[in-house]
Amino acid sequence: MYTPRIIPVLLLQGNSLVKSVRFKKHKYIGDPINAVRIFNDLKADEIVFLDIEASKENRLISIDFIKDVGEEANMPFAVGGGIKSLDDIAQIIKSGAERVIINTAAANDPNFIKSACDKFGSSTIIVCIDVKKKIFKGNCVYSLSGSKSINESPENFALQMERLGVGEIIIQSIDKDGLMTGFDLELIRSISEKVKIPVIALGGAGTSEHLEQGFNIGFANGLAAGSLFVYHDSNKGVLINYVDKSDLNFNR
Amino acid sequence: MKAKIVIVDYGMGNLRSIQRALNNCGAESTISNNCDEILNANKIILPGVGHFASAMNNMKNQDLISTLNEAVLIKKTPILGICLGMQIMGKSSEEGNVDGFGWIDANIKSFEVKDSFKHKVPHIGWNNTSQSNNSPLFRGISETELFYFVHSYHAIMQNDSQTIAVTNYSYDFTSAYAKDNIFGVQFHPEKSHDTGLKLLKNFIEL
Repeated sequence: MYTPRIIPVLLLQGNSLVKSVRFKKHKYIGDPINAVRIFNDLKADEIVFLDIEASKENRLISIDFIKDVGEEANMPFAVGGGIKSLDDIAQIIKSGAERVIINTAAANDPNFIKSACDKFGSSTIIVCIDVKKKIFKGNCVYSLSGSKSINESPENFALQMERLGVGEIIIQSIDKDGLMTGFDLELIRSISEKVKIPVIALGGAGTSEHLEQGFNIGFANGLAAGSLFVYHDSNKGVLINYVDKSDLNFNR
Repeated sequence: MKAKIVIVDYGMGNLRSIQRALNNCGAESTISNNCDEILNANKIILPGVGHFASAMNNMKNQDLISTLNEAVLIKKTPILGICLGMQIMGKSSEEGNVDGFGWIDANIKSFEVKDSFKHKVPHIGWNNTSQSNNSPLFRGISETELFYFVHSYHAIMQNDSQTIAVTNYSYDFTSAYAKDNIFGVQFHPEKSHDTGLKLLKNFIEL
């Protein structure tokens, strides 16, 4: 039976693992490779690494780092950070990642997304759509680590990415990031209803119930979280952890 | 004799993760596109991520088609195709409308889900298998154990006796097939934790 993936999302600042609140207030969590080893032992479904400074600094996520993760990870992993050429993707896949995650270049260069899907296959290419609510305008799409807004609704942007051949979409709520109060289920569902490709929910999950809601109410296929898997609880003592999937009630 | 396992490098996919998984099973392997090495292998792994037509194109450009045909059909070297590697063992694919190796009586078609709200394509995630025909590849693996899948196309069999496992995603599809020395799995055993390692070990010990 198919069950949704539960996906820890790990943020990189330099060589350190960090966690944010609403894309700000980054707190040091620890060593990323150590986290990979723990997620191996906990049998995580998949992990995601995002270098949150790469695009701003106009560079690619470290290839050496991806190789180090590849040497450790027993589960699939996807990486994002400053990817903007076919050669970037080829290097990343060769270094051990299964899939790549693109945010800024998806907003800047739709042709690149199309040629990436054609060359590497749809299922290799994930686009991360960062969403923030603007007063009077509603949900807006952002690139460049949430610093630049794009004049497009999340729904239309997701449909455009699907047409270009993208195999999966991450919908990340900037407003919910780090709050641990639950996903923006309305936003997640509005995208899931429109596209035929799988959607990963990200931003706000703080409990197992929130993960269940992402699948049962939001119709997401992947349930991703940062804080939930790096903090012990909402007091935010650092503890790398995972959920026991057999305890979760997925039913829709 | 120590098994010489060759992972065929035809420019598609993440070969290092397969080599690492084989290491974890205690088996040494070589990543190669060298014809002699492929012909002298005791076991061959045919990986693959990407587009069917590009895969066959790369095979042609690297002169690997006749070498693999000889290793598989004449020398009867056991071979395991993974994901796209499984698909290109079939006769043809809708993806690019080209012929595969044709070792298995299968055509590769895209998912046709009826409930696209619940079942998105690609099929990405962990899923179990229902096994048939008692293949040694699944020895010691229960039907509740999960494998990691990521694919938009799957095999349609012309001969059900070659199906060794089906998986349900909107409907049942063939997730593993076998014929003599030829094995193919749609999922990624190299990324499926301990269950995947068990399957790779079964292949190594054939």
